[in-house]
Amino acid sequence: MDFQLSDEQRMIKETVYKWSVNELAPIQEKIDAEDWFPPDFFRKCAEIGILGITMGEQYGGLDGDVLMQTLAIEEMSRICPALAMSYGAHSNLCANNIHKNANEALKKKYLPPLIAGEKIGALGLTEPNAGSDAMSLRTRAVKRKDKYILTGTKMFITNGPMADTILVYAKTAPEKGAKGISAFIVEKDFPGYSVARKLNKCGMRGSPTGELIFEECEVPQENLVGEENNGVNVMTSGLDIERIVLAGGSVGMARQALDYSIRYSVEREQFGQAIAKFEMIQQKLADMFARTEAARLLVYRAADAARKASRGGKGTELTRLAAAAILFAAETATWVCDQAIQIHGGYGYCLEFPVQKLWRDAKLYEIGAGTSEIRRMIIAREITAEAFARKNAR
Amino acid sequence: MNVAVLLKQTPDTESVIRIASDGKSVVTDDLKWVVNPYDEFAVEAALRLKEKHGGSVTVISCGPQRVVESIRTALAMGADTGVLIDDPALEGSDSLGVAMALAAAVKEINPDVVLCGSRAVDYDMAQRGPMVAELLGWPHLAMAVSMESDGKTVTIDRPIEGGKVVLESSLPAVVTFGGSHAVWNPRYASLPGIMKAKKKPLAVKKLADLGVDGSQAGTARVTMTSLEMPVARAAGKVIDGGLDTAGKATELVRALHEEAKVI
Ligand SMILES: Cc1cc2nc3c(=O)[nH]c(=O)nc-3n(C[C@H](O)[C@H](O)[C@H](O)COP(=O)(O)OP(=O)(O)OC[C@H]3O[C@@H](n4cnc5c(N)ncnc54)[C@H](O)[C@@H]3O)c2cc1C
Repeated sequence: MDFQLSDEQRMIKETVYKWSVNELAPIQEKIDAEDWFPPDFFRKCAEIGILGITMGEQYGGLDGDVLMQTLAIEEMSRICPALAMSYGAHSNLCANNIHKNANEALKKKYLPPLIAGEKIGALGLTEPNAGSDAMSLRTRAVKRKDKYILTGTKMFITNGPMADTILVYAKTAPEKGAKGISAFIVEKDFPGYSVARKLNKCGMRGSPTGELIFEECEVPQENLVGEENNGVNVMTSGLDIERIVLAGGSVGMARQALDYSIRYSVEREQFGQAIAKFEMIQQKLADMFARTEAARLLVYRAADAARKASRGGKGTELTRLAAAAILFAAETATWVCDQAIQIHGGYGYCLEFPVQKLWRDAKLYEIGAGTSEIRRMIIAREITAEAFARKNAR
Repeated sequence: MNVAVLLKQTPDTESVIRIASDGKSVVTDDLKWVVNPYDEFAVEAALRLKEKHGGSVTVISCGPQRVVESIRTALAMGADTGVLIDDPALEGSDSLGVAMALAAAVKEINPDVVLCGSRAVDYDMAQRGPMVAELLGWPHLAMAVSMESDGKTVTIDRPIEGGKVVLESSLPAVVTFGGSHAVWNPRYASLPGIMKAKKKPLAVKKLADLGVDGSQAGTARVTMTSLEMPVARAAGKVIDGGLDTAGKATELVRALHEEAKVI
């Protein structure tokens, strides 16, 4: 077993951290306080070449691996979790899914501007009445001559309010349930597309989340991604990677909350000594460290599995590892951030101190990309499948 | 235009430095190593020259195998080739010994200009640039905060007390860099650059490969006899918050005059 990052992985990690400290840390407070998205963010990302890590060089990508992508999100999340999430939605949820599933013509058309930071990407799956039960989505796509006509509403879409290129799931054959879903690339200028509103959130502020409306939205038939009625494969092929990559964000936040807590507990004195000398604080620090490291190992292990696996989805080791990684990392991050606030006492609860922000941000990853409950359902389903099959065969 | 950059690997400026039990060296285990920030400015300046005039940038470094990491960082920023002089004879040598090795490596490449930081953030000797220039018999322009070249001459700005001086020399020459991160704003190693860095040539050489006499370069003429941590600063004094504003001011003036004796 090799726990060493490759030279490239290590350098990517260091570069993204350094870049985040210099470019994002100074504007981080404004981003949170004003729910402000810096308009040059994606252009700056493109300058250091982080938008196409897992994609082919012919589109401007890096031909890198999932762990590199995960490390980039982890390091950016230490400084600015919200922008790291917008980055993840753009690069992974949108662009990487197009890269995995679209035909060459679509890839040539849509990937280069996404990877160059000229266009902003989003993924639209969730609807007001279809969250955890995503397969029950109601957005319809009806074929009319050489176009698909999309009608429906998408909810909670990261980057939605500003996206140029949106990967959207809609039902082409509602009677077939999950097997009647298709994926489309929608451009923001297509007739019938509009943004209903930007949502006001308690955390991940600065990463615009929106509600999108498709009102007889005209999508050229060639913008179908993969085959008609095969959208569920597009969806699941990307989900494992998406979970691993976003889990990196949780690890980054946990790590940052721990760093703040170590520094603060050594500086802060009560009863004539540093609070880090009190056993109850020491226990917190030790547990925070142990859980953060455990989360990191699980996430890296899942990322490494993703590099080696030919496919993910139901019945694969990758699916259970990915679900376990984000389940554990997300809950670890909220727990660690919660402990961090406790260690900071009254100051920790005040908006001037950064730990409360980390807590607000960290909570999202227990909800977005599938809730903790759904992740547990998946893991349990996966690890009992074989035993059930054996029982049923008896 | 062919540029050589002399690059030293130093502990990260954020590192906690501990003095070893011999009292004259630092504990290097667990240190995080980085490119000496002033040398990073030199890499940036070199890449700007290359962008303007074409040519190539070679990074030359002395030290153990771990220094490869820092050379690769410079390659990932955009430098073309690397040379590491890794010879046990240099352990325990001094600035002049290292300068001899570096100058010999420069001669092999025969660049138009040699760039390096004016100092390294570890021991702050500020000797490498001038010594290499002397050994090469080239002019030396020190502590540049900006640099221009037309391919035949090189011009630098250097701040001096209350103003700035502009210096020019013919090429080849050695330029050392001052200024700050904000002045040079060195570029990040881009991810495509990182992926390519491994494929760029990096030669590891011994002193003998460069025709340098190991016993000469390896002999320390200057030795470090002791290292000490800065004296801990005394705690600050807080003026009694119970006083009114005028009272606080009076007390402050008294303390500055009678205790600190600065006014
Ligand atoms: C900031 C943000 C960004 C997002 N970005 C995107 C995006 O870019 N694209 C996108 O498509 N979606 C996005 N989402 C949507 C996200 O994936 C959904 O919010 C999530 O899947 C949960 O759906 P829901 O909110 O409708 O909750 P619901 O599904 O209504 O769940 C409510 C509660 O019921 C629980 N629950 C539901 N079903 C079960 C069950 N079977 N067993 C046990 N418990 C259950 C859930 O775990 C949860 O606790 C984003 C959400 C947020 C908040």
